[in-house]
Formats: sequence, structure tokens, C-alpha cells
Amino acid sequence: MAGAAAIPSGAGGALLSGYARQPGVADELFTSDGEMRAVWRPFISELEKLNKEEISARFARGDRYLHDAGVFFRQYSSDPLTERAWPLSHVPVILPEAEWNTICKGLAERADLLERVCEDLYGPNTLVAEGHLPAELIADNREWLRPMVGVTPRSGHYLHALAFEIGRGPDGSWFVLGDRTQAPSGAGFALENRMANARIFAEMNLQDKRLRLAGFLSDFRDAIDVLRNQVGGRSAILTPGAGTDTYFEHMYIARYLGLLLLEGEDLVVQDGRVMVRTVTGPKPIGVLWRRLDASYADPLELDETSQIGTPGLVEAARQGAVNMVNALGAGVLETRALMAFLPRISRVLTGDALTLPNIATWWCGGAKERAYVLENAERMMIGSALACDLPFDIGATTALGGKLRGGAAGSVERWITEDGARLVGQEAVTLSTTPAWDGNRLVPRPMTVRVFAARTSKGWSFMPGGYARIGSSDDVTALAMQRGGAVSDVWIVADNPVPAVPPQDSKPFRRAPTGFLPSRAADNLFWLGRYVERAEGIVRLLRAYHLRLAETGNSADRRLAELSTYLDGFGVDVATPIPDALPNLLDFARNCAGKVRDRFSVDGWAALQDLTASLEPLQKTTRPGDDCARAMTDLLRRLNGFTGLVHENMYRSMGWRFMSMGRALERGDAMAAALAVFADVGAAPGGFDIAVELGDSVMTHHRRYRVETTRDTVIDLLALDDANPRSILFQINRLSDLASDLPFAEVAGRPGELVRVILTAQTALTVADPSDITTERLSDLRAELAGISEKLLAVHS
Amino acid sequence: MRYRIRLTIEYDYQQPSDHARNLLHLLPSDIAGVQTITSRLLTIDPMPPERSERLDFFGNAMTSIAFHEPISQLGFKLEVEAQRFAPSDDVLDLSPLLENMPQEIAAAHHLGPLSPQHFVGNSPRVGAMPETTDFARAHIQPGMTALEVVQAIGRALFREMRFDATATEVDTPPADAFAARHGVCQDFSHIMIACLRGLGIPAGYVSGFLRTHPPEGQPRLEGADAMHAWVRAWCGSELGWVEFDPTNDMVAGLDHVVIAVGRDYGDVSPVKGVLRTSGGQESRQAVDMVPLD
Repeated sequence: MAGAAAIPSGAGGALLSGYARQPGVADELFTSDGEMRAVWRPFISELEKLNKEEISARFARGDRYLHDAGVFFRQYSSDPLTERAWPLSHVPVILPEAEWNTICKGLAERADLLERVCEDLYGPNTLVAEGHLPAELIADNREWLRPMVGVTPRSGHYLHALAFEIGRGPDGSWFVLGDRTQAPSGAGFALENRMANARIFAEMNLQDKRLRLAGFLSDFRDAIDVLRNQVGGRSAILTPGAGTDTYFEHMYIARYLGLLLLEGEDLVVQDGRVMVRTVTGPKPIGVLWRRLDASYADPLELDETSQIGTPGLVEAARQGAVNMVNALGAGVLETRALMAFLPRISRVLTGDALTLPNIATWWCGGAKERAYVLENAERMMIGSALACDLPFDIGATTALGGKLRGGAAGSVERWITEDGARLVGQEAVTLSTTPAWDGNRLVPRPMTVRVFAARTSKGWSFMPGGYARIGSSDDVTALAMQRGGAVSDVWIVADNPVPAVPPQDSKPFRRAPTGFLPSRAADNLFWLGRYVERAEGIVRLLRAYHLRLAETGNSADRRLAELSTYLDGFGVDVATPIPDALPNLLDFARNCAGKVRDRFSVDGWAALQDLTASLEPLQKTTRPGDDCARAMTDLLRRLNGFTGLVHENMYRSMGWRFMSMGRALERGDAMAAALAVFADVGAAPGGFDIAVELGDSVMTHHRRYRVETTRDTVIDLLALDDANPRSILFQINRLSDLASDLPFAEVAGRPGELVRVILTAQTALTVADPSDITTERLSDLRAELAGISEKLLAVHS
Repeated sequence: MRYRIRLTIEYDYQQPSDHARNLLHLLPSDIAGVQTITSRLLTIDPMPPERSERLDFFGNAMTSIAFHEPISQLGFKLEVEAQRFAPSDDVLDLSPLLENMPQEIAAAHHLGPLSPQHFVGNSPRVGAMPETTDFARAHIQPGMTALEVVQAIGRALFREMRFDATATEVDTPPADAFAARHGVCQDFSHIMIACLRGLGIPAGYVSGFLRTHPPEGQPRLEGADAMHAWVRAWCGSELGWVEFDPTNDMVAGLDHVVIAVGRDYGDVSPVKGVLRTSGGQESRQAVDMVPLD
């Protein structure tokens, strides 16, 4: 590029050949004199020791880590389950600690100022009354929540967790592009960025001076504990649900910090307290780390159309019975037009200008400002005054460089003149560039850094790095950020080695009480157990069908007809080798699992994903008969891989019990259903063998009875044998064991409702003879199992 | 004029509703120069284990109730004695010309409950729409004061809209009701609010009671009165808030008793409730407003 500064030899070499900095743009790697910044030198010289292939291999290692860890970013689309791989830009942004400290000092001031503005907007509203803030920007603002006016947070503070999007201008100084106060996201992703970076740059000797991220979250965890102790109860993250774009992070942080992960419907407000519905009844919640936009939080007092809120949450906050991170209504501080007034408000409230200024912003509701924006429309981003998104988010800006976007007709001038009060102009800032890997070498790309802040007992604490957004082209206007781009780690490097984390003193520990399982999670685990077992049953049936098809080559065979009618009863059409019912069932299972991923091992989830993924190619290529039978055998192995992973590794928690009961109920029911058809006295010849095969008991039958299959031997083995893990009695015994450890197993010294229905079925089956188990009795048994299933869910809802 | 007002509302749920929680705007309050409430009593059946009263943002009395056990029906009985004062006959029109309203509004830069600022922009259920703004423009003359505009718009809607008790539902968007030119008092009021906001006059929603006059020579029918709604508009800092009833083409007066004011129906709906129930619900309502003078 013309005017690009020359690269001094010996600094970067081939890696940096063609690293074309743009004139008039600051660069993170090089100073304006073209000298490599000291803080980058160790990293670049380590990287230089590797050739192109080695670098690519290392970067691939990072991607693999993120994939295996299940890090994803959800894209809003018609398919709510579409997940996009986390877009890691592998080269970190590197900043010296001293510079970082200056940034944080400025941001701490800014955080305090925002707190005071929030206090005023929900308190006396003097900023508006005294003319420092236009009334309409607040009155028309959907994030200014009237029910919260006059409500002081129990903790005394509105803001506890913040993020700031900052960028560096051409003169090298930093400025704020946006304040995130509603429900800032990214801190969890930052940790994963760092983990991926650790894989990529392992053995490279770069870690010793880099500040660690983990301390920030544990400080914040302590701060949450303080908030919780003010009111009692448990702490939880309140998520909009599995369909939201940053759900991974909600789940990740919940798991990382040991917080409950709850949705609005998990909560109920009783006598002014927020309670979570658990399998042992409602339990109090003291802190809600809210990742849900406030207006959706309470359909009764806020947005009445919300389907994901909790009626009464506002009342609970009003009574000080719950601490919110951040307070309901804090999102009003994200209003873009506020940036036009913050500099003045800072002088009014603190007597000082902001150390860290924000992006220059003009509200077009003022005549002077309107004229200025019009005059300078060429270098402005013009958009909605009340918007809360960042200047470079999709849809954030509707005019740039004096032109309406998307080729819309009409002149910017007319628009601003007519609609000024609804608009702001923001300077189309130029961002600094930082190196990114384009597959061959390092290239300069624009970037912004996201800084996370948490209020702790020692003041504002900042996560030292972790998260930067990297543009995908060399367009350095802030707007370029909206065309996708990537995320990279940010390293804050100290002058001296950072001491290793001192080994924890052996503090006395306390085991967290088990049994704290939200009812909704129990429900999802139960159905996950059922769906996976149902899928397995159908796979076995399909295998039985296609084996016989291969054997006889005659689809008119009576056994085949019986199997196909039977499968039809489950909505499975044998005409297609891999019927849609199968992927549908696995989707149901994945859906349930997706809602309880915080209680679920990463490996288990990956296995479930693989299972679904493996079906797709099979659906295209599998042929009926032998080919399909083999495909089913393969699928069975994968299914067993998943169930094995889960049941071998999952902690024997309440959740595991619900999942196991779901599995046992489904298996018992499927066996009763199969016996009713294939072990019926009128069944087709060969039906008994099908039953034994479905029960995976061919060898056992052979060993135990040493005779051909008869109705009695089949019923004995598959219904009544308590040592056969496929038998109905085995499932009922299992249900009985599992239920005895559930809450309400005993009520007032007597067996609880659930235990009673299980005991009844268990006793009858234990003393039954094969001749008692008629086809009619089998259908009664199915009804009894359905009764147990209903009772289980009803007792713990 | 003194009134005794009785209101009953009853709900039947087809499926028992679990953890019902409701927000009620049923209790009228004193308003200086407009009305005095000498007694008010709200009984709820079954008796809710949680019940509290407070003022909402706009100063209305708001009742919160909650049930912890499933309920299959819910009834409210309100008894009120109120005195409504006559508006003075010769109101001097102190309102500014319509074209001067922007400056008037800008000068009222505070965010207290009476501030016009809350009533200019869109609220959840009502915002200015091109069709209502065009309609409004077509029914005013140059040089009108804000008060004259309010009355002209109210009258125009009264003439062009047909009252139809069955044509709309509580959630019918104002745009639909306006397109069909029909609806009930809620629709009339929402449409008038949209018209006024479109012209730059701050406007809000009033819920309350309206005394109905039986036809000449016939007795007053018990329970025939209805909960009612009308509009309040801000006509500059001198004149302040003015109430107009577009359903009846009249300035709200001796026949009107106010329960609550807000930006639109959503702020003052009599019984707002979120029910965790899958079945439907049925409701009945009766109002009896007896003049005591």
C-alpha cells in the first residue's frame, strides 16, 4: 500500500513482509516511527522461529480445543439450534501493564460516573430537571423503566458488572465506543480465548509476564457472595434460554463459578422473595446475575408481552429481597445519545472532565448540533439516538459518509432536519490496527478491545485483557467491525515475571448440599433419558427388520410385515432405511440436553452432537437390507458410547436419578410393548426370536434355557428375570431403588406417593409366573409405568 | 355529584391456575379539584395470601395480589363512594397555539408523574401512525389552540367512528380499530391519543366509571353502567391537563369518576395477571353507579 511504513529488517522478517500499516492509523505492533513496540518483541521473535506450516498447525490446535470444549456462538436464524464455531483470531493483542493500568483508571472513573447517572435517573432526576440531559431521551426510552423509579437497590448500587468497548485513535490515545451496562457478555469467552491461546503457544515461554485472568472472576464471585449474604439464598445466572446468542457463556460461567443457571420460568415470587422451583420445593434466591434484558424480566410490571420473565420480579427488587447484577433499568445507560451528554455531566457531577473520553457524539435534537452534523455528514455515522447497540453492530447505523445505507432513497439532510430529535451523529472514528494471521503472514486489521469490570469490596476490578474484536478487512473505520470479524485474546504484559498463583491454604471446605435441582432441569434430564433410550429401541427394531429383509429378500414375509406395522405405531416408516423419526428423536434429546448443559459433561454433549452428525451422511447413502442393518449396529455403538459416557462419569446427583428413571421407564415400556406383540400367542413364527433379539438377550436365553424359545421362556427372561438388565422387573426394581433416594420418598414416616405406585407394580411383578403375564397384563403394565412417569414429574414440579 | 359505585369482576379458569399473580388498577383516588373518594373497599375472593397497596409511577393506587395454591375462580368486588366536582363552566382557553406546543413541551423538562414528556412519544400500545396523523391534520384549522384541537379531534372521531361493543377485543391494535372505524371506549381513546401525539400534543389514557342516563321515563337498570375510558391531553403549562371523552363527544365532567391515568391501556388495565395455566378463562363484569344527590 502506498505510503506504508517500511519494516525494519530483523524485526519479523518473512512473517511481517508486507505488513502494510496504513498512513494516519495507529498500529499495535509498530510505533508511528516504524519501530516494533517492546512489549511485542518476545512474542514475534518466538513466532519467527516457526515456519508457516508450524504456525498453521498450532493455530489449528487452538481451534480444535474450542471445538472440543464445545464453545459456540449462536446465530439468530430460523433454526434455533444453529451454532457457529467461536471465531478465534489466533494472534493476541499485546499491551503493556502500565498502559493498561491507565486505561483501567479512566474506566473506573467512568464506571463511577455511570453509577451516579443511574442513581439520578431512578432517583431525583435532577440531570433532566436542570437541563443537562434532554427529557425526551429518557421519557421515550424503553430501557428507562418507570416501575423502578424510586427503587433503591438493596446493595446500594445499580451497577456491579460492566464492559466497555474501547478503541485507539490515530494519535495513539484510547477512547470508549460503548458502555455495556444491561447484561455485558464476553468474560466467559475471554477465558476460553485464553485457554485456546495456551494450547497454541504452549512451550513458547511467553506466559511468565502475562497477567492471569482467573483472579478477576474469583474476585467477582466473592463480590456476589457479599451481595448474597445481604439477603440470603442462592446465587444464580438468569438466562433468556438456550436460544440466545451467548448461551454458551451463561452455561460456562455458571459452571465455572458454581452458580445456578436459571430461566424465568424456574422462578416464582412468593411473599416478596424470589424462589427457584426445585424438586424439593421452592428455595430462596439472593442474587440474580441477569443476562436477560430487563424489560423481559417481569411481564406483570415491565413488557407485558414477555414470555420469558417472572411475574413479581420487580416487586421483589422493590422490596430489596433480591440483589440484581445489574439493577433492572441499568440498560438505559447504554443509550447512544447519552454519550453526547456524558462529558458535560461529568463536569457537572464531579467537576472534572472524563479521563477516558467517549466517541464524539452529537444529538441532532439540538439546533447547533444538528447543523454541525449536517455540515460534517461526510465523516459521521448517523443512527438512532435511543439505540443501545454499539456503533459497529449490525443495524446500528443508518447513514455513513453522508449517504443513507442500503441504497435507501432520500437525502440525509432532509432526514436529519425532519427527524433530528431521534438521531445522533457519531464521528466515524479510525481504529488502530493489530496483526492477524491470513494463512501466510501477519496482516494489519482494525481492532477494538472489550474491558470487563466488576464492583468488588476493593473497588472496581478489571479483567486484565482477554477479549478484542478484530475486523475482517483492512477498512479501519469502526463500522468495518460489523462485517463479521473475529475475536482474539488480549495479553497484558508486566515488566517483571508475574508470580505463580500461591498454593491455596487448605481452607476448611464444605460440601455443597446435593438435591438442589431446579424442577425444569429435572424434567429435561428425565426426557433426555427417555428420548435416548427410545432412539436406541428404534435402532434395534430397524436392525431386526433389515437383518430379516437381507435374510429373506422378501418384504412380504410375515415377520417383516409384523415388524413394519409395529414400527409404524411409533411413527417410523420402514420404506426409508433411515426414517426421519430417528433424527427427530435425537433432536429432541439434544434439545433437552442443550437446556441442561451446565449439568452435563462436555464429553457427553460432544458425543450427542457426533451422534446427530453421523446420521446425516447415513441418511443419504444407506441402502435397505444388510447395509442398513450394519449402519444400525454402528449407530447402536455410538448410542452406547453416549450412554456409557454419561452413566459412567456423571456424578450420582439428583439430576442423574431423573435421567436414569427416564431411561428405565422408557425401557420397561418398550419391552412391555414389544412382548405384547412379538410374544403374543398369535404372533408370527419367529416372533419370540425377535423379542429376544430386541432385548439383546440371545446369548443369555441360549445359556439359561437350553431349549428353543417358547412363550414362557421369553416372558420369564424379558419380563420377570430380575438379573436381566433388559427385563421389565429389572426396570421396576431400578425405579424403586432410584425413587427411594428422591425427595418425598417418605412423607410422615410413610412411603410417598411415587414410592407407593412403584411398590405396587414391583410386588405384583415379583410374584408373577410367566403364565400370569398375558398380553392384556402387559398392556396394564404399560399403563402402570405411565402412571409412575406422571407421578414422578408431578411430585417434583 | 355524589355517587355510590359498585363493581364486580369474576373470572372462571377452565384449568386451575397455579401461582396466579395480579396487578390491579381498581381503586379510585382523590384528585384535587376533580373528585374526592369518601370510602373505597375492595374485596377479593378467594382471599389472596399476598396483598399490598402502593402508588404506581403516575400516582395511581395499585394493588398487588398473589396466590400460592391453584385457584379455579377469582372475583373482585369494589364499593366506592365518590364525590365528583363540576368542571367550571367558562374555562378560559389559556392553551397555546398548536404550532407553539413544541416550545411549551420543551420548557416542561422534568420527569415527574404529571410531566407531558411521558405522553409525547410512543408508548407500548399507542404511537402516532401516518393514517391517524393525516386524519387529525384533516380535521383541524390553522390558528387553533391546543384545546381547540383536542376538542376538534375528539368530535371528529365521535362522528366518524361507530361504537360497537363486539367488534374489537382488549388487544386489538389501534390501527385495526381505526381502519374499520369502530370499537369501544378503549379503541376510541387509543385512536384519539395516536391522533394527538401525531400532532405534537401530549396525550394519555384515563380509566374510570361513567354514569349512564336511562332513557326518559325508564328506571335506571342495575349493573348496566360500564367501566369506561377517555383521554387526557396536555394543553400547555397554563391550562395543563384536560380530559375529553371521545366516545361521548364531551369534556369529562360530572358523569366521570377517574380510577387511573397512564400512557395507554397497558399502564392502567384493571386486572393485569399472568396465569400459569393452559386452559382458557372467562370473565364477567358489572358496574352499578348510583347518584346519591
